[in-house]
Amino acid sequence: MLELVDLRKTFVGSTPGLMGRRARGQSTADHAQTLAIDGVSLQVTEGELFTLLGPSGCGKTTTLRSVAGLETPDSGEIRVGDRVVFSRGKGHDRNVPANRRRLGMVFQSYAIWPHMTVFENAAFPLRVLPRGERPSKAQVEERVMRVLTTLELDSMAGRPATKLSGGQQQRLALARALAVQPALMLLDEPLSNLDARLRESLRLELKRLQHELGITSIYVTHDQVEALAISSRIAVMSGGRIMQVGEPRDIYLAPANRFVAEFIGKSNIFDATVRRRASEDTIEVESPIGLLAVRWQSDDLTTGSPCLLAVRPESIGLMGGPPDQGVPNGMPGRVVERSFLGDAVDHIVAVGDRELLVRLPATSQFPAESRVTVTIDPASPTVIAR
Amino acid sequence: MTTEVTLPPVPTGWRQRLAAINPWRGIIVGGTIIVIAYLVLVPLLYLGAATFVDDGHLSLDSFRRAFSGPGTVGMFVNSLVFAVGTAIVSLTCATVLAYIVVRTDAPYRSLLAAVAVLPVVVPNVLYIISWILLASPRIGLLNAIPRAITGDPLFDVFSMAGMIWVEGLHNVPLVFLLMAVAFRSMDASLEEAALVAGASHRTMYLRVTLPLLRPALAAAALVVIVKTLGSFEAAAILGSPDGLFVFVSRIFFVMRDFPYDTGAAGALSVALIVIALAGTWLLGRVRGDGSSYQTVTGKAFRAQPIELGRARRWVLLGVAIYFVVTTGLPLFALGFNSLLPFTRAFSLEAIEHFSLANYAALLDMSVVTRSLWNSLLLAVGTATCILVLTVVAAWVILRSRYRWRGMVDHLAFLPINFPGLVIGLAVSFVYLRNPLPFPIYGTLWIMLIAYVTNFLPYGMRYAVSALERIASELEESAEVSGASWWQMIRRVTFPLMVPGLIAGWILVLIVAARELGASILLYSPGNEVLSVLIFQLYEEGQLVVASALGIVLTVLFAAIIAIAYKVGNGVGITR
Repeated sequence: MLELVDLRKTFVGSTPGLMGRRARGQSTADHAQTLAIDGVSLQVTEGELFTLLGPSGCGKTTTLRSVAGLETPDSGEIRVGDRVVFSRGKGHDRNVPANRRRLGMVFQSYAIWPHMTVFENAAFPLRVLPRGERPSKAQVEERVMRVLTTLELDSMAGRPATKLSGGQQQRLALARALAVQPALMLLDEPLSNLDARLRESLRLELKRLQHELGITSIYVTHDQVEALAISSRIAVMSGGRIMQVGEPRDIYLAPANRFVAEFIGKSNIFDATVRRRASEDTIEVESPIGLLAVRWQSDDLTTGSPCLLAVRPESIGLMGGPPDQGVPNGMPGRVVERSFLGDAVDHIVAVGDRELLVRLPATSQFPAESRVTVTIDPASPTVIAR
Repeated sequence: MTTEVTLPPVPTGWRQRLAAINPWRGIIVGGTIIVIAYLVLVPLLYLGAATFVDDGHLSLDSFRRAFSGPGTVGMFVNSLVFAVGTAIVSLTCATVLAYIVVRTDAPYRSLLAAVAVLPVVVPNVLYIISWILLASPRIGLLNAIPRAITGDPLFDVFSMAGMIWVEGLHNVPLVFLLMAVAFRSMDASLEEAALVAGASHRTMYLRVTLPLLRPALAAAALVVIVKTLGSFEAAAILGSPDGLFVFVSRIFFVMRDFPYDTGAAGALSVALIVIALAGTWLLGRVRGDGSSYQTVTGKAFRAQPIELGRARRWVLLGVAIYFVVTTGLPLFALGFNSLLPFTRAFSLEAIEHFSLANYAALLDMSVVTRSLWNSLLLAVGTATCILVLTVVAAWVILRSRYRWRGMVDHLAFLPINFPGLVIGLAVSFVYLRNPLPFPIYGTLWIMLIAYVTNFLPYGMRYAVSALERIASELEESAEVSGASWWQMIRRVTFPLMVPGLIAGWILVLIVAARELGASILLYSPGNEVLSVLIFQLYEEGQLVVASALGIVLTVLFAAIIAIAYKVGNGVGITR
């Protein structure tokens, strides 16, 4: 449905806000070149809700805006369906302007036109279609009202757009993007301007709507919880590159590298070394907290190879008293600090000279300074080759 | 985990007690407000008295004398046509320029911004003279070609069209600044959303960009209209020879014909102020609508300039032509004539008569250095007085909890409705019957007073926006840390306001240095300022000397601005 091939883009003069400074006549002495996106290749299939996830400045928004045609990459190719909308450096250069790409987009600031009513905002994309394809007045009315009804904005159609609340403006931005039934919908942090409670409810609504309409969507966010909750697949980005692509479960449970392991959720990460193949499906790993038995994951990990060990805090268990012989990966530890979160209790546990983050159910009872046994299920840690 | 914290001892010494009583705040705030009220209200009072009091009793006879003449209807129509025409010319040019500079990827944008704004330093009277040299039917350089072809001049600057053209172009820098701010504060994704929705660039401009700008455009239009109604140079120089009078030029000539009819001049001034007040009220209404244009704004992504693509070279060409016509040609006309013994139509043969005699003549005229010095003194004095007054006034308006703080706001912005000439008139009424114990009339002081009154709103705008940008938490944390009011102002508020204040100081300096309307009524021999001198040279027909002076001033101003720009890191000019 959407294919990006080796997209690259360099910004000259680094910082945002450069416009204002330039116009004030400041010298542009620091022509620092920043690689905004550095060889991004992706394939998104029909009907997916595909998320670009990463910290600010990782290139996710630049990638999205390149797909929209608002940004011109230096090289690479963008195909929407079987149509090449951008290509440079591949022999047949072309760049379809943004207003001919026929995509829907929801901006972070929603970009609701304040001088139009709710109806006029949503009708705009239909009213600016080329003459031959432009629907009649009645058809525009009918189609816009249908999409407004889907988003429960039909009762406000005649109101000025500025009279809407934040959540309603967000839905209107969505309605406007959907009005022309685009092949591809682009969403640039659409929920980041809303308060936490509204964000959560709209998140589910968005997922439901996307699923019902079956519209292929690219979603940009820096919020990993949001990404995990709504995406069919996620591309984690950093420094203009894609670090990992996969389903939310894979990204969370099997991070491919240190960045993903640290960025998604919380992890206890150790530098470790593979000691030996213990059995058919386990290996032994030497780590700063001791020798651990871990599920075998890849043939790349041979004896003596350095690796990273990532252990999720909720996959670590605590038991009272000193280690028992029969418990796998049992280590003596001391509870340093605990913090009650409501649905869980976080414990900081000292093992050797390291501290581990352990997340236990709210009912657990391990006071600070108590001696405990730390257990790690061999199936849960992720071993990443270094 | 607890630590012992030793509390500082409760202040007991006399110094601390004195600091706690803190009389400074009252003295400073009270003093400032009294000065502002005196500057703004007293001239109004005297103007009212001169207008409405006749032989000791109230009378409206002055209005009959002012408005019963044959040209009254014409004066109203002329004023309206002049003001609206000027607004159209300046808005069109400035909006296009501002859009190109702020929102597109046109090359040399920083240069464009500088060149668009720099003419702000040229005194209006000088700009008018340069256009007379270019487009007067008799000596205009631009008429050389049509005259050679048809035998008749094509351009006539002594007309309503000429007045509108010159005044309109002269207002471009001001409107450019207003529109640049409007474009910069506009969320660029509103335009991008139109493009992604499939709109062509033309549709985007017509259906999104322009409607969004409507509040800003209306506000700028009203600013120009009110300002033009009070602008006297173009009307007096270009209009009056053909009998085209507007309000201010009528006031000027009423005050020139002896015996002066102060009542009639006052009546015209009062009418003008009322019109300006109505305009400002309207402006407030439009601004009110503007605020309802606010939607949720996110952290806007770096505003992506609109790519001009193939249009790029045409845009560049158009801008180049604009600058050649509006800046290059006038400068050329001044330079050309400054080298000639007398003004003449353009011909190559004229070059044989080139000499630096006019520049030498400038050196011989003691009035030149005198008025240069006076202008400098007045400009620096005005800018500094206004800075001090407006810092305190801005603080009162934004941060104090006095119940009457709204009044201070209205008071300090009121003079925006008074044309310079009207302020000059009212101030002269005041100091002819001097209420102060020392002489004011016939000294530089009277001009300083008129200038400070006239430009107070300019300073206010900068001081208020400088203070608005400082989070009040910063002041509150100073208070909580134990700073007195004065310490808070001196150590926290003022230093943070400095960048904005420098900008305002420079702007007031510039507008004060080129002021003519008030000066022309208030100067006395020995107290001339530059703009008065240029006006006098024009009236005496010494156009070539005026041209030489114009070139010298342009070079001087450009140098000063360049230095200020470097020193102030660009804070002053483009905001």
